[in-house]
Amino acid sequence: MNLRLAVRGALVTARKDIRIYYRKAPVYIFGLVLPLFLFFAFFVGRDLDLQRYFPGFLAMTIFFTSSSVGPLIIPWEKQAGNFERLLTLPVTVPMIVLGDTLAGTLFGTLISLIILGVGSLFLPLSIGLSSMLGLAALFFLGNLCFAALGVLISSPAGRVPSNVMMLSTLVRFPLIFISGIFTPLVELEGSARTLGMLSPLSYLSDGLNGVMGQETLVPIWAGMLVMAAFTVVFLVAASLVLERKAMKGL
Amino acid sequence: MADQNGSSGDDLEHSISAEGLSKSFHGFQAVDGVSFQVRKGEFFGILGPNGAGKTTTIRMLTGVLKPDQGRILIDGIDLRRDALAAKQRMGVIPEVGTVYTDLSARENLELFGMYYGLSKPVRQERATQMLKDLELHDRADDLVKTFSKGMKQRISIGCAMVHDPSVLFLDEPTEGLDVQSRKLILDRVRAMNAAGCTVVITTHNIEEASRLCQRVCIINKGQVVTVDSPEHLKSTFEQTRSVEVAFEGQVSCRDLPTSCMLRVEESGDKMRIFTSDPDRTIEEIMRLRDERGLRILSLSTLGPSLEDVFLKLTEAKR
Repeated sequence: MNLRLAVRGALVTARKDIRIYYRKAPVYIFGLVLPLFLFFAFFVGRDLDLQRYFPGFLAMTIFFTSSSVGPLIIPWEKQAGNFERLLTLPVTVPMIVLGDTLAGTLFGTLISLIILGVGSLFLPLSIGLSSMLGLAALFFLGNLCFAALGVLISSPAGRVPSNVMMLSTLVRFPLIFISGIFTPLVELEGSARTLGMLSPLSYLSDGLNGVMGQETLVPIWAGMLVMAAFTVVFLVAASLVLERKAMKGL
Repeated sequence: MADQNGSSGDDLEHSISAEGLSKSFHGFQAVDGVSFQVRKGEFFGILGPNGAGKTTTIRMLTGVLKPDQGRILIDGIDLRRDALAAKQRMGVIPEVGTVYTDLSARENLELFGMYYGLSKPVRQERATQMLKDLELHDRADDLVKTFSKGMKQRISIGCAMVHDPSVLFLDEPTEGLDVQSRKLILDRVRAMNAAGCTVVITTHNIEEASRLCQRVCIINKGQVVTVDSPEHLKSTFEQTRSVEVAFEGQVSCRDLPTSCMLRVEESGDKMRIFTSDPDRTIEEIMRLRDERGLRILSLSTLGPSLEDVFLKLTEAKR
């Protein structure tokens, strides 16, 4: 494969997604409003230490925002008839998957940086220089991993976005409750902890706890490796499924 | 002698070489061993009834679908081995030739230019020129969602041409368009062809194909029925010559002499009599006129149209 053409295809796809889909209301509803509502539902009226739970909230925001664009792009493009045309351009299915993932990564990173900035205004967050590097790496890996998950969710989809959103909700909500968002992973025991270890989101929330000076279950670097492995699995699976299901709904 | 890409010198003389293409969906054989070659700079048509396998064939040629069997070469490049390089040479307007309606006309052209790797100054210049050629320069910065169907299709054509492709695929490009948009689009495609671009078109409009194409490939039930020039195809079906006549006043086709007629079609105030002997048919029509004291408004002999040939060929395979 011509690497230069492949990289160009992925980058132009990401740029196209940013220009077209970042302005769509469902992206903000499922990516920003939903985690905010979940946060308020959990914290309002309860005497909880916000600083302790902020890493979990940040992880939840990264999870929701980065995975909000991906599930919608392919069904929207199939519905509008753009997807078939995309397949005729000098771009391959893995490059489309990578481009959609990069768009979700950028969107998630942007929103989660805003949440971090707002959080640091109200909470006395103490993040050292070395932890800043860890935070940056976790932001990038977390957003990349969950953006890839979002694209994987959409890869078997036809042309009806609501069907994908149903699947997306079915996949994403259970993950929130098993991944140490509302109860840090170190406090979970037995089968709850084992179940939590199967979720990539657990490693992000655990890592963010670590860079913000809280106790972690696994070393931050180990969590990053696990997330990187999940990312590769999601990207490869999304490419394989989309190759098989590209014509569904066309 | 085959080169590293597996293409021979003969392949390099052709823009498109389709060899034994087959594709099935859930046990249904949509395309079955389709082979043809398109010469560089040729205007080539693919015709066939609904469900014949035209769109599946075009989808395989443009890299949307992978054939179960067979090989496709675009300008000598194997589509399976180097899809990106092959697609780089194509411009494609799919059956649903849509563009991004949330972008402006100019943004769409520039986006496609980016996909084809045009530098910023080149794609800006090409987009401006294309907007002028397509008579959309006054709407360049309007969102495409505000455009009529014909305007959207013009932009769609522009997006396929913005990188000056060597091969252009058009799947039903003028379907459902107004006369002006149809003319504008066909003029642009003809101009591209005159400049050396190979054009492959699928259409239901057989007369349009007859006017435009140097050769046509007729597909039926997933197989190639014939590949030939429209005029040569017509000449091989001389038995489908016909006489068209219009009488003043009411004349039914039952009144016509039947001795030399193959069949009669009524169309408005005219009757078209298919015959193997036009001379004798005209004599019979004149005798009818004299006997009944009728007045003939028009009388003409017609050769077989491409539509007749198409029907003959596809009916034979039913």
